[in-house]
Order: sequence, then C-alpha cells, then structure tokens
Amino acid sequence: MLHIINKSALSNGSFETCLRVTESGEILLIEDAVYAATKGSVVEAKVREALGRIKIHVLMPDLEARGLADRIIEGVSPVDYGGFVDLVAGNNNCQSWL
Amino acid sequence: MSDIKKFMFVNRKAPHGTIYALESLEVVLITAAFDQDVSLVFLDDGVYQLKKGQQTKGIETKNFSTTFRALDGYDIEKLYVEKESMEARGLSEDDLLVDVTVMTSKEMGALMEQQDVVLSF
Repeated sequence: MLHIINKSALSNGSFETCLRVTESGEILLIEDAVYAATKGSVVEAKVREALGRIKIHVLMPDLEARGLADRIIEGVSPVDYGGFVDLVAGNNNCQSWL
Repeated sequence: MSDIKKFMFVNRKAPHGTIYALESLEVVLITAAFDQDVSLVFLDDGVYQLKKGQQTKGIETKNFSTTFRALDGYDIEKLYVEKESMEARGLSEDDLLVDVTVMTSKEMGALMEQQDVVLSF
C-alpha cells in the first residue's frame, strides 16, 4: 500500500499516525510533508527508524521549492512526477492522509 | 506622528503548501506603505519561509522568498526568528536568506506584549 502525506510532520500528526499504523509498504512525502525527509530536524530519528520496515519516497520538485534538496536523509528515495505516477500505479491501493 | 502603531506579523506556516506565507507578506508590504512600525516574527514551520535556495520552477508557483530580501527597501528591518523553532528544524542562521535577530521564546513573548496590533498567519 502507498501512503501519501502532504502536511508538515512538525505541525501536524498525519505522518506520525501513519508510521504508527503502518507495518510495511511505502510512503510518499509531498508538499509540506517533504520537510520530514530532511536531516537535522526532530523528526529525523523517527524517519530513520521507519526506514527499516517502510520504503519512504520524497517528491523532489517540492523539496527543491523549499530549498532543501541537498539535505535528504540517507535511505529516503527521491522521485519526480513520473515516479509519483509509478508509485500510485505500482501499488494495489493508496491513501492520501489529510 | 502619533498615529503610528506597532504591528507584529506572526508567521507560523511553511511556505508553498498553503497561501498563508505569501498573504502575510502582501499585508506586511501594505502596512509598511502606511508608515507603520512593522515587526515580523517567524516560529514553528514559519522559519522555513526564510530558507535559502528555494527554487519553485518545478512546482510552477511564484518564488516569493526573494521578496524577503527586498524588505529593507520598504524600511522593514525588524525580523525575528524563534531559536527553539529554528533548532528543531535543523536550521541555523547561515541557512536563512536575510539577516534576522534570533531570540528565545520568552524574549519573543515579551516583544508580542509591546505591540498594538498582532496579526497571525
């Protein structure tokens, strides 16, 4: 299953709740959620821990817009819009967390 | 003149994902045009508004981050960043695209107390 998150993990609970209920599968961080994919924030440890069981992707145009493309946590995979489509098509179902 | 009021703009939202950051900047410029005493504070995700190197071509929106650099041209020079918010996001003053005064939560609270008008975005 693919989980799509679009809210900042530092101001909204979607990302943490998603990690709590998700045992496996994939997460795609888009829009303000891309901050979770960056090094140095208080969310980094939770992301690193989750990477052991969940694939985490980040949408690069959104990260570039926020000036943080050079700060991706190792293990988080960058995707472009084409990669976004591939993730949706490649999973049986997906949930957009609001 | 005695009709100058102290306006504070409280910015707590990340840029681009919502319209708040851009709208705040619009109101800031309008307020400055009326020769008011303007302060901008950045806390929580609002600190991200000041991150250097924002490139919005890929999301096809206006890169308004460059406007922060032009603020001193409108005599807006009071920019404050909350230390706790900046550090929680792994950012330092070197990451910011303008000169700011970094202050603690308590100092920021004291500054808020001194204002005539506080607008929250």
